[in-house]
Amino acid sequence: MNTSLAQTTLPNPSHDDPAPAPQQKTSITSRYKSREQRTGWLMLSPAVVLLVLFILIPAVLSFGLAFTNARLISPHPATFVGMDNFARLFTDETFYRSLVNVAYFALIVVPLQGGVALLMAILINTKVRGVTFFRTLYFLPVVTSMVVVSLLWMFIYSKDGLLNEIIAKLSFGALQGADWLNNPSTALPAIMLMSVWQGAGFHMIIWLSGLQTISAELYEAADLDGVSRWQRFRYITWPGLAATRNLILITITIQALSLFTQINVMTQGGPLDATTTLVYQAVRSGFKQQETAYASAISLVFFALVLIISAIQRYLTREKS
Amino acid sequence: MKTRFTRLLASSLSVAALTAGLAGCGAGPKDGANGELTLWTHNAGNAPELDAIQEVVDAFNASQDNATIKVQAFPQDSYNDSVVAAASANKLPCLVDIDGPNVPNWAWAQYLRPLELSTDLSKHLDSTLGNWNGTTYAVGTYDVALSLMARKSDLDAAGVRGATIEKPWTKDEFDAALASLKALGRWDYPLDLGTAGTGEWTPYAYSPLLQSFGGDLINRDGAQSADGYLNSAPAVAWGTWFRGLVEQGYMAQKSGKDSTLDFLNHKSAIVYTGSWAADKAREALGDDLAVMPSVDLGTGPKIGGGSWQWGVSTGCANPEAAMDYLDFSLRSENIAKVAKATGTIPATDAAAELVPGFEPGGTNRILMDFSKKFSVLRPETPAYAFISSEFEKATADILAGAVPQKALNRAVKNIDANIKSNKGYTN
Repeated sequence: MNTSLAQTTLPNPSHDDPAPAPQQKTSITSRYKSREQRTGWLMLSPAVVLLVLFILIPAVLSFGLAFTNARLISPHPATFVGMDNFARLFTDETFYRSLVNVAYFALIVVPLQGGVALLMAILINTKVRGVTFFRTLYFLPVVTSMVVVSLLWMFIYSKDGLLNEIIAKLSFGALQGADWLNNPSTALPAIMLMSVWQGAGFHMIIWLSGLQTISAELYEAADLDGVSRWQRFRYITWPGLAATRNLILITITIQALSLFTQINVMTQGGPLDATTTLVYQAVRSGFKQQETAYASAISLVFFALVLIISAIQRYLTREKS
Repeated sequence: MKTRFTRLLASSLSVAALTAGLAGCGAGPKDGANGELTLWTHNAGNAPELDAIQEVVDAFNASQDNATIKVQAFPQDSYNDSVVAAASANKLPCLVDIDGPNVPNWAWAQYLRPLELSTDLSKHLDSTLGNWNGTTYAVGTYDVALSLMARKSDLDAAGVRGATIEKPWTKDEFDAALASLKALGRWDYPLDLGTAGTGEWTPYAYSPLLQSFGGDLINRDGAQSADGYLNSAPAVAWGTWFRGLVEQGYMAQKSGKDSTLDFLNHKSAIVYTGSWAADKAREALGDDLAVMPSVDLGTGPKIGGGSWQWGVSTGCANPEAAMDYLDFSLRSENIAKVAKATGTIPATDAAAELVPGFEPGGTNRILMDFSKKFSVLRPETPAYAFISSEFEKATADILAGAVPQKALNRAVKNIDANIKSNKGYTN
């Protein structure tokens, strides 16, 4: 902020001030700045209050509760039990199964969903008639609630459902599809496929916004040089998407790690723990089994894991100078 | 600048905390203080039952001038959560609806006060009373009973004897019946035990089968451990038999969403369903319908007892009026009204006389006899909610092919740890 500007635009409320001129100047500036600051914070406050109320306080509370024996329903007040909940969690085989499932899910879904979304974005980033139609079509699953999507896909995956009918018809009855959601080896892959289908549209929009920031001049220049389609993608599009890529990587990863709705609706963690996840386990413990403290401990571990993984991703994708 | 930021953050934090605190503790006057009592019920999605309750309430309001009852209905799925949330905010209404097996849990948590009724409860079906530690905390106007339903024509075609209340099917007879029905080639799976059901359905429907084998969910003496009961040899035999039904192709690992409908559409030969489906099935099949008791798997047929019941909250400012309402709702004509509307089993013989089909010799009387003769309550312990979820998981795992002994041992380990961490749920 320019001092002279501040001096001319602001009335001087302290002209009686006996202080020398240079000092007076700075006091006016800081007063102006502080007023600007106050307005800023005022405008920020609705969001801050809500965030604090519904995110920060519950998070802090759950960190505290994880070290107690608090229960959802109990006539007794919670008491401090130290690391008991964590000791129990780290000896629970379902916990390790959840970790494996979530890792498997993330390792497949993150590249697949990001890749499919990028492909769709490139396909519709052209000036052809009807592109808006496809854009809407690809985006449709995103605006549909995950609960509804899960219920529909349960019918598709059922033993005599749509998918198995198609498999039987296409192979003239030679192939019989699996009982997708009741078979421990196919349940999680089936949920992965559905999740990618549902989520890819959203990331397509983000890729699309990234694609549109790449200057058209670069492509024109490349055309003059006679580059191939692959070279165009490899040396112009891909580097131009660096920032978008990092954003997408981190958002899909967090989304994949917190897998819950599909599991809750479709398989309830079964069959044989093949689809159980950390968040599902936390919700089951906290509400169904009324063990608030244990659920808090699971959430705390989950929070730490997400934080570590995101930090590693940030580090690996940092801008190297 | 830094300090200003910190100060602002600190003040917004404290403001937010204060707001949260106020919202939590903002308990107004207790329900019932001004002569108006609120009644919460779970059947917002069940119009016939809700209407019947409303009629009883209206009749009570018209019958005296001391108190008025106001009905508030919730969808069943979110009902328990609403009660728990209201209880932690100290805002429970005077009268609450409770699923029978939850009564000890809520009594232990001091949500409910012991009932002081002038009605003689000794004439009521045992399974309609919510007891804990020798005290009655809740009372229901009806119960439901599970049965096996089949078409007589199918049983005849397979050469299978129809089971009766005097002579139910034994395990061997049942297995043989399934084999004969399967051999007819009419069904992919002749038996439908409702394996698509989740939640409370699992312990309600399948723990009686476990009990018929001679196992149980917990040692009922003191309810301190499930060891030697849920993982006993009979329990393992139950698990092996249950999974065997899937392996032999007698039943689907996951049945259709609506078992009764599938049965009426002839997609299954024998269905395990409750009294609520009896009228519908009789209407569709007429005299061809056979309503049979559950299978005797060793210690006689067993079915789950205990449905929705009514209790009075500890915070109620006018418990006398609430008790008066319960007495009123337990009059024979009111019990009959609700039973008629819901197709359930009325709680007393006197009320049964007033419900068509449930009078002695009536077509549905057999369901009341099942309830009297075979019903086993789910364990009356505050640990039940936890036991229920562990049993649900163990059953799902066994159906999916887990080794029964291993799945049941795991459930026992978790249940015992939970009871221990709650100091035995003794007070």
